Amino acid sequence: MRTDDFISLLAQDTASPGNFRAAFTMAAAGGVIIAAVLFFAALGFRPDISEAMRSGRFLFKFVVTIALAVTAAGIVRRLGAPTGSLARRGGVLTLAPALLLGAVVFELIATPAGQWEARLIGRNAGLCLTLIPLLAIGPLACFLAALRRGAPANPGLAGAIAGLAASGVAATFYAANCADDSPLFVAAWYPMAALVVAAAGFLIGRKLLRW
Amino acid sequence: MTAPSREDDWAAWMRAAMAGDADAYRRFLVSIAPHLRAVARSRCRSLGVPEGEAEDVVQEVLLTIHLKRGSWDSSRPIGPWVAAITRNKLIDALRRRGRHVSVPIEEVVDTLRAEDRTPELGAHDIDALLSRLKARQRQIVQAISLDGASIRETAARLRMTEGAVRVALHRALKALGGLYRSDMGED
Repeated sequence: MRTDDFISLLAQDTASPGNFRAAFTMAAAGGVIIAAVLFFAALGFRPDISEAMRSGRFLFKFVVTIALAVTAAGIVRRLGAPTGSLARRGGVLTLAPALLLGAVVFELIATPAGQWEARLIGRNAGLCLTLIPLLAIGPLACFLAALRRGAPANPGLAGAIAGLAASGVAATFYAANCADDSPLFVAAWYPMAALVVAAAGFLIGRKLLRW
Repeated sequence: MTAPSREDDWAAWMRAAMAGDADAYRRFLVSIAPHLRAVARSRCRSLGVPEGEAEDVVQEVLLTIHLKRGSWDSSRPIGPWVAAITRNKLIDALRRRGRHVSVPIEEVVDTLRAEDRTPELGAHDIDALLSRLKARQRQIVQAISLDGASIRETAARLRMTEGAVRVALHRALKALGGLYRSDMGED
């Protein structure tokens, strides 16, 4: 077939291609809603939530998880275009880890060494490692569906960062249920859960997001 | 024409195309094809791939630009977007031909500034892939591309509604994109 004829063919396909940016916005909203529904249906707030709201340690968990969700989602939005890369704005992904690291240093200074181990191990490590990935499934699926509308230059990377964004959403909800508030606990277990989801995003993205 | 004004035209046509202007979209595709050809031929030459295969690459890039046009953010320049899609598909197409190459994006951007208006050599991949489409999809594609029929004429000829022809055409093009990709997996 001649290219001129091929162009005629393409020009006749006027079905709207769907815009990646619009799909991404929908996905972000959809992911939050799915995670919220699952959270309120199956978990809910911890019983002492009103007391917890007055605790800086409790509230700081949300600073970290929301920072992760927002920064990673912003990067996913950039990586959906074929021109997107981590080179220019990828640095924002260090924000959540840096905040968490700061909180860990504060905790180490503020609490006696004898309490460190108990605070790090906490009571809910197993739940943290299960519930964050479970709550992240919905948001991850939404982000991946949006990315299929895009053209990520590096499908595996885009999937992995989508996994981080989904973990940020999931962890924000989970943190409202979890009774372990020490930054030591958060630093030990939350990143592990996020990495599991990021790895899943990488593996799925590498297959699903090729174009 | 200088590069910025050319890209302004491309962007304007593409924006109009997104708003449903089929003529503007055709102008866009016709206008970028010689640039894609320049890139494809120069790459084939430098890697010792027969130049006759360059047109196959041009068509694969055009199809990808078509299927992925929703990934262009219309508030941003279109040149880098075209270059990035071209580079990505160039690498796929050359890899399928057994050449493991890296293609610097700067080179694609530079060569995209050139145009190759020499007559196109025939493309072959597309015809082989068409034969793997569903019969109805293939009939529609052939009526429109080879016979130059409009959607309406195609619908009348195949006793379908125009809407059904449009849907089938869209699916056929998506299927073609998948066939190009799966070919890569088999090699």
